[in-house]
Amino acid sequence: MTVARKLACVILALVLMVSLAASWLAPAGYAKQFRETPNAPPSRQHWLGTDEIGRDLFSRTLYGTRISLLLAPAASLLSTLIAALVGGFAGYLGGAWERIAMGVTDLFLSLPWLFLLITVRALLPLNASPLVSVLATFFMLGLLGWAASARVLCAGARVLRESGLLLQARSMGLHGFRLFAVHVVPNLKPVLYAQFWISIPVFILSEANLGILGLGVAEPMPSWGSLLKGLEGITSLGEQPWKLVPLVLLIVVVTSFQIVFSREEVVA
Amino acid sequence: MIRRYLCAFSLVVFALVAAPASAESQLRFCLRTEPKTFDPLQVSDDGSETIRYLTGGVLVQVNRQTQQLEPALALTWKASKDGSQITFKLRKGVRFSDGTPFSAEDVAYTVKRLMDPALHSPTGDAFRSGSGNVVTQVLAPDRITITFPAPVAGLDRLFDQVAIVSAHSPKKEMAVLGPFAVADYKAGVSVLLKRNPNYWKKDMQGHPLPYLDSIQLDIQANRDIEMLRFRRGELDLINSLDTEYYDKLASSAPALVHDAGPSLDSEQMWFNQVASAPIPEFKRKWFRSTTFRRAISQAVNREDLSRVVFNGHARPAMGPVSPTNKFWFDNHLKVDPHSTTLALQKLQSDGFRLQNGVLRDAAGNAVEFSIITNAGNKYRERMALLIQDDLGKIGIKVNVVTLDFPSLIERISQTFNYEAAILGLTNVELDPNAQMNVWLSSSENHQWNPQEKSPETEWEAEIDRLMRAQASSMDLLKRKKSFDRVQEIVAEQVPFIYLVNRNALSAVSASVHGAAPVSLRPQTYWNIDMLTMADAQHR
Repeated sequence: MTVARKLACVILALVLMVSLAASWLAPAGYAKQFRETPNAPPSRQHWLGTDEIGRDLFSRTLYGTRISLLLAPAASLLSTLIAALVGGFAGYLGGAWERIAMGVTDLFLSLPWLFLLITVRALLPLNASPLVSVLATFFMLGLLGWAASARVLCAGARVLRESGLLLQARSMGLHGFRLFAVHVVPNLKPVLYAQFWISIPVFILSEANLGILGLGVAEPMPSWGSLLKGLEGITSLGEQPWKLVPLVLLIVVVTSFQIVFSREEVVA
Repeated sequence: MIRRYLCAFSLVVFALVAAPASAESQLRFCLRTEPKTFDPLQVSDDGSETIRYLTGGVLVQVNRQTQQLEPALALTWKASKDGSQITFKLRKGVRFSDGTPFSAEDVAYTVKRLMDPALHSPTGDAFRSGSGNVVTQVLAPDRITITFPAPVAGLDRLFDQVAIVSAHSPKKEMAVLGPFAVADYKAGVSVLLKRNPNYWKKDMQGHPLPYLDSIQLDIQANRDIEMLRFRRGELDLINSLDTEYYDKLASSAPALVHDAGPSLDSEQMWFNQVASAPIPEFKRKWFRSTTFRRAISQAVNREDLSRVVFNGHARPAMGPVSPTNKFWFDNHLKVDPHSTTLALQKLQSDGFRLQNGVLRDAAGNAVEFSIITNAGNKYRERMALLIQDDLGKIGIKVNVVTLDFPSLIERISQTFNYEAAILGLTNVELDPNAQMNVWLSSSENHQWNPQEKSPETEWEAEIDRLMRAQASSMDLLKRKKSFDRVQEIVAEQVPFIYLVNRNALSAVSASVHGAAPVSLRPQTYWNIDMLTMADAQHR
């Protein structure tokens, strides 16, 4: 394990632990409005200052990190599973099945993601609580984000299909789903891991994009996306540097995921 | 020899750099949208409206500072008692920018085009009072009478928006009577306006106006870039500023920013009262309850909305008319002051009760509703969050949902699948007649319950009657009395919960002389023909 990977793992573990302890560490509730001190600079009471309507930014960063960091892997798991089913079976079965599955995959890849998410978000019931909206947002991300992974997995399964390993297994009488479950899936594991890790930062950034448009996690619940929205009015880096903390955190976490993932890729 | 060449070269460079800067006085600012048309009668967007204001010559003009009607191309005018006819006496010797003489025929031609149903002129819509044709009668080259099929309320003031076009000029609508004329247009980039050499107006000393030689209008939607360019001195004014930008600029250059007080625009919230809306019946019952609406209105802290969301650059709104609208604002209007306790008492009197921090109706349903607003509008999003917090104090759970604008409009105007909404109304005209499409119960923009076949409540029927009465009366005091009553009914029934009137914020460079920003549009350049620029050295 390289030093960089060790460091990335430590950072991810630290950020995850701190965000999980948000209920104890946060000096205020994420929705509590200190209306007398909107846009306040860092102080003893508000370590990272307050946002435009007086909410404690440190507390919101902790809770927002928890949401983004827990739900992005969940969405990634969902998308990887769908990708494994679609791509794995397509590659394993080959022929018309592969052509149809990859056609559908290409269609998904060609869809304008952001607009699709905006449309789907607009179709959700209006009275969904913030928690439901959080789950719905990441569920949608997971549900719609499998196509690129499916292509990679299809290629992996195709290679396996024509390998001596499967030829030998078939000659020993293994067929159908049993062959897929016993020999194909275990051999696709490194690719699955890699796809899982690589999808996490993608979903974090997608939620952040939706949040900037005001369409991600419903207020007052924080997420990295909604926290990044606070940067809208900043025209120079030196103006309110403490407001850049969520952005720095996002960059650090995504970079850490990339470092961890690059190792997985080598393994794959 | 080389030294001589160098000297000559330096002189040439100096001449090239210095000469154009001092020769032309040019005002530069941004259009935030591409102008869709240069035809003044088809204006429907902000970009085109700016061009119309700067180039169009009108018969009468509302002074944006005094709010009084002043003569322009018409020296005098007289409306008939029943408000269906108006006679103008025009200035003599006026010419269009291309030299074509101006006469009553041009006014007749303009009115004919304005009222042509095929043109679909948004400006003309304000004059459509009844079925039948508009008759123009040219009495003399400088006198014209226009007769409408039915009375038009505030008839004379409506002509402030009508730029006269030439009946004979080969340049058609590009021949103008205003202070400037379009000289160059680069689609998506800029519009260059040059001084109209035939402009009729002169200053007190008899010098021809306008003082400026040209106006460079850069098409720029990005407000950050607009602000940066203003700070660099590349722009001379910003007509409408956001509060954040205003405060930033005020901290570094307080002399350049102007807060002209509340504008005519308002931000408001309303509940969906549509009978066929796909919402639970018990919620419809809440939303149709006057006591419920008044309690919600009373629970909203408008002072905080103004102070926190708009950094103090807004005023708590009292009703449909901004206090800036000096004549039509009802000074005696009584609105419930903000009080969580009184709001809760009102709700309790209506059968609601607070149980373990949750407000429930008489049937035991927890009071919960969603507020939709347009994603990307940070002020409305923040107002919704403050309202969410305010209503949480009386046990009401509010879900704030931001939607992209097309989805939002579809919900509030077609499917009616929403519970409450926050949006704003942009008011350009002072006269309440311009709000007919909001107040008439049959109207599409009667947002809490659009297109009612007949008024569903007594108070809506009364508003219909009062609005029609004020529209058909030519007696200004009678009209004022009718519209005051409309404002009172709105304050009593609260179909709209008026939140704030945003202030008119602008920035004007020190190099612009004569600017006196006001709260009416166009805030900074309403007196464009009197503006001058400092020397190039000062810019």
